[in-house]
Amino acid sequence: MSTLTNEAPLLTAKDFATDQEVRWCPGCGDYSILAQVQKVMPGIGVPKENIVIISGIGCSSRFPYYMNTYGMHSIHGRATAVASGLKAARPELSVWIVTGDGDGLSIGGNHTIHMLRRNFDVNILLFNNQIYGLTKGQYSPTSEEHKVTKSTPFGSIDHPFNPLALAMGAEATFIARSMDRDPKNLQAMLTRAHQHRGASFLEIYQNCNIFNDGAFEIFTEKSTKAEETLFLEQGKPLIFGAAQNKGIKLDGFKPVVVELGEGVSADDLWIHDERDINKAQLLIRMFDNPKNAGHFPRPFGVFYETDRPCYEDLLRMQIEETIAAKGPGNLDKLLRGNEIWEIQ
Amino acid sequence: MEKQQVLLNDVVIKFAGDSGDGMQLTGSQFTNNTALLGIDLATFPDFPAEIRAPIGTVPGVSGFQVHFSSERVYTPGDICDVLVAMNAAALKVNLRNLKPGGKIVVNTEGFDARNLRLANYADGISPLEDGSLNSYEVIAIDVTKLTREALKEFADLGMKEKDRAKNMFVLGFLYWMYNRDLDNTINFLTDKFSKKPTILQSNIKVLQAGFNYGDTTETFSTTYTVEKAKLPAGKYRSIMGNQALSYGLIAAGEKSGLPIFLGSYPITPASDILHELSKYKTFGIRTFQAEDEIAAITSTIGAAYGGSLGITTTSGPGMALKAEAMGLAVMLEIPLVIVNIQRGGPSTGLPTKTEQSDLMQAYYGRNGECPMPVIASSTPSDCFDVAYEAVRIAVQHMTPIILLSDGYIANGAEPWKFPTSAELQPIDVSFKTTLDEGEVKFQPYKRDEKLVRPWAVPGTPGFEHRIGGLEKQDITGNINYEPENHQHMVNTRQAKVDKIADYIPLQQLDSGPEKGKVLVVGWGSTYGAIKSAVMELQAKGHAVSHAHIRYIRPFPKNLGEMLKNFDHVLVPEINNGQLVRILRDQYFVDAKAYNKIMGVPITKTELVLEIEKML
Repeated sequence: MSTLTNEAPLLTAKDFATDQEVRWCPGCGDYSILAQVQKVMPGIGVPKENIVIISGIGCSSRFPYYMNTYGMHSIHGRATAVASGLKAARPELSVWIVTGDGDGLSIGGNHTIHMLRRNFDVNILLFNNQIYGLTKGQYSPTSEEHKVTKSTPFGSIDHPFNPLALAMGAEATFIARSMDRDPKNLQAMLTRAHQHRGASFLEIYQNCNIFNDGAFEIFTEKSTKAEETLFLEQGKPLIFGAAQNKGIKLDGFKPVVVELGEGVSADDLWIHDERDINKAQLLIRMFDNPKNAGHFPRPFGVFYETDRPCYEDLLRMQIEETIAAKGPGNLDKLLRGNEIWEIQ
Repeated sequence: MEKQQVLLNDVVIKFAGDSGDGMQLTGSQFTNNTALLGIDLATFPDFPAEIRAPIGTVPGVSGFQVHFSSERVYTPGDICDVLVAMNAAALKVNLRNLKPGGKIVVNTEGFDARNLRLANYADGISPLEDGSLNSYEVIAIDVTKLTREALKEFADLGMKEKDRAKNMFVLGFLYWMYNRDLDNTINFLTDKFSKKPTILQSNIKVLQAGFNYGDTTETFSTTYTVEKAKLPAGKYRSIMGNQALSYGLIAAGEKSGLPIFLGSYPITPASDILHELSKYKTFGIRTFQAEDEIAAITSTIGAAYGGSLGITTTSGPGMALKAEAMGLAVMLEIPLVIVNIQRGGPSTGLPTKTEQSDLMQAYYGRNGECPMPVIASSTPSDCFDVAYEAVRIAVQHMTPIILLSDGYIANGAEPWKFPTSAELQPIDVSFKTTLDEGEVKFQPYKRDEKLVRPWAVPGTPGFEHRIGGLEKQDITGNINYEPENHQHMVNTRQAKVDKIADYIPLQQLDSGPEKGKVLVVGWGSTYGAIKSAVMELQAKGHAVSHAHIRYIRPFPKNLGEMLKNFDHVLVPEINNGQLVRILRDQYFVDAKAYNKIMGVPITKTELVLEIEKML
């Protein structure tokens, strides 16, 4: 999302903290996300009073209370809908939605897809911890199959969502993934989300150390991160691995992991192009279980970006064009109507 | 034969036909023609839930009743003087509401063997021939044949298109019968078919053919005239309930200076408000057709937080879905107008039929102690004032408010002595942009003498604050779980709504003495029936009065006293007894209920009988 920038006073991350005690569990991934958002905010060029953070319900949704901006902690699943109305009414505001895998993909799934379809110029930060934390540990729509939780003592039987595939299906114009344990990447993705004009969908892997500890360990821990993740950079070949010796090549429409050297150079690899919807679809589908043999590394970064008019701009234009063509509304004319009669 | 003219005071006509026969259009054209002559009127459209039920069947019958008079009219009439039946099914459905000796205008083509079978008449039996209509005056016209005949020069029109104009024949015939001219309908057609000259010409031709048929055919000797009604002096127009409601909202937007945001999801019978407000982009109105009822209200909450006049419109099932978000609006203490055009329930119920059965839902239907003001409109034109008033209460008391109307009012029409914009009371509202003297920091839940908190909108520097659905600490608005604070906040939210009673008018009697035998108390669309019944009994010398309640929560401060001035209190409602329970609860009064829940309005006649039992 991008918003018209004014000359903002120089602020620091501290200016975005509130006097409210942060009450997430010690060690929660949300702390890092809050810190990165507070660090990024002073640099986005939007005056503090023009920033609004809207959340639903869940652990992540306490977020607005800790940000010294305008904010609303709304009801379960509805943050995207609240934000739609606010952005339609006040397009000049920088609107950020904080939601989770339960809030945004389960109870609020409908609003999420319609928000993306309409392409309001907002940023959706979806904290994915693959568990219901606030209700103390039930499986979520992103929990892996066979997950044993309080509500699934014999293992879950639902197939999980791939959140980015859902976003792509709903025609999101900006799709990215980051993680709580990589502050640098997270800050970069938050900035990119802000810069995109349109609905930015940023999935953030977030560790719930109480109910689902280590869900993303394989992507975040030093020992495995390099082998199991793929950081996307625009115009750069897809290279990963501890020795940066692995790459991904396209064999027709089929991605193939190759070793660099022995006749394969970086020039042979798939070059990342955020504007290529077909390639983005393939990247999004690199979602296999890291336990499976021959799986792909999990991509992080910007998968896809495209330009499409924003709902609030079209709405404003329609109003302006109608007023330009017909003149501003006249209440007396409206009340009088076309056919009247008089009683003496 | 010599033609004669008869002067009538009061006529009720029911136009009935298949839902594809254009009866709603015919009825509304006749209504406009009537209104423009200064005759008082009330209408009642009655249509099936199916867009096109099987042609010719009983479920497919669509009706439009218009009551017009040189006296004041308060209801669309209990029974009809004239029934227009375009087919056998229409006759079957509506005959029981035709008064003995009444006229039936039938399209004979609609009574062929096929139509009779579809209307479930026994084999070989036609009501036109078996003598069953002997106590009525039947005017049988082969409308279809005459329409085709009138259009025989229109070579490019197919038979189907020609037949579609047959409602114009009937309309023309009735214009002749009631001594009307055709101008307003010709103007209407010219506007509607400006880009389809053939359709325009054919409709006008058939309209004139219907008129001329009455004029030249010797069979019909009598025409009828109803004179202008003695309405208060002023300029009038005809208005329908949902239209008036929309205008009230637009006017309130203009007079408060707040931009309107409407979040809505289509639902019968409320959708017309969404349609109407969507037309008026020139007033800067933002309408948002949301993905569901919940998004409709929550998007509106977002817009209201941003400083818009937030409105959401729906009907009963939508209200059920919005309930949680209403609770949020109560916690946030932001202004919001929630409009419920009630219909028959529960569940999907009777979508196109009328009912007053959502009062308890409006009053109590949310989790927690969740008080919200409730206001109700009583006639189509009253919707304007009530919508305007709902906005005033919402923005001046920083509260969501529920406006109850119903399908009967929504689709009914009546003459409206419309106001000028200068006559409308301004709605004062301001955003908090500066700290008061002595304030060091913005406190979002600090209250004024009305117990109302300030409205500070995003974009105001220095007033950044967070609100949400968790319990608030008084004054600061921070999350707070302390027992005493919750008690205090529950009490305060209630007191804030109760305090609205200081800012609304006292309850007036609509008619009748201040003390007496029976007080009939109503709310909403029973207004006309109660008024007519009470006035009839007053004319017979009975001490019967009528009070109609607009402000249902909180009630006007004098209502309890008013109830005590009568031996009996009767509360007629189109539900199973809802207002009556609230009155008993609040005032400990032995109010009696009269309930009917058949999807149709209560009639004057049945109310007169009911009130007489108490005299």
